[in-house]
Amino acid sequence: MASIDEQSKGRKEGEIRYLTPLNIETNNQKKYCRFKRSGIKYVDYKDADFLLKFVNEQGKILPRRLTGTSLKYQRKVSTAIKRARHLALMPYVGDMLK
Amino acid sequence: MEEPLAIRDEKLTFAHLKTYFMNNYETVFILNPVLSETQIEEAVQKFESFIVEQGGTITSKENWGLRKLAYPIQNKKSAFYHLFEFAGPASVIDPLETEFRRDERIMRFLTVKLDKHAQAWAEKRRKRNTAKA
Repeated sequence: MASIDEQSKGRKEGEIRYLTPLNIETNNQKKYCRFKRSGIKYVDYKDADFLLKFVNEQGKILPRRLTGTSLKYQRKVSTAIKRARHLALMPYVGDMLK
Repeated sequence: MEEPLAIRDEKLTFAHLKTYFMNNYETVFILNPVLSETQIEEAVQKFESFIVEQGGTITSKENWGLRKLAYPIQNKKSAFYHLFEFAGPASVIDPLETEFRRDERIMRFLTVKLDKHAQAWAEKRRKRNTAKA
């Protein structure tokens, strides 16, 4: 049991509490949409090498939370990848693509 | 108000629009790798003339040659890729696709309508290819 004195302070001995958040170094580089930045208007399903940037090593489509692509182009990327898969330009399931 | 008879008779229905209005399309198809060169030539020729017959015009043809497939189709690991770009009414597509399905030489096909950005890209691509060749 904590003593009344400690309870009034709102903590037990040995427990660490921070009033200000710790300054943890994180990646501060802002993600950006590469289509908007370089002005690409059409995502080509025939260009499998380019589409390979938007899948992981299993061939799954990466979420835009990771790639930074805007929603408008993420939709286009996903349809392009699906078309490329249909034509066997890209695998549906792969292993060690990168 | 009464419309003139000629206009009333020729009122554009959706079916009419389908045969009048020209769109741009692109189709990629994959041919069986066991075919000989002349057989491939024949198949490509057949679909080309089929499009023209249905009222389309071919803007460009591309032959990608024998390519490795990303996964086996019909137990084949490679196949011949061909690309057509054509303009035509929407009524071309249905018969063309049934023809693709009927043909045993075709392993896969994909027809896509080109919007304005896609057309700009296709033109750029064509120029780059001719510059390379």
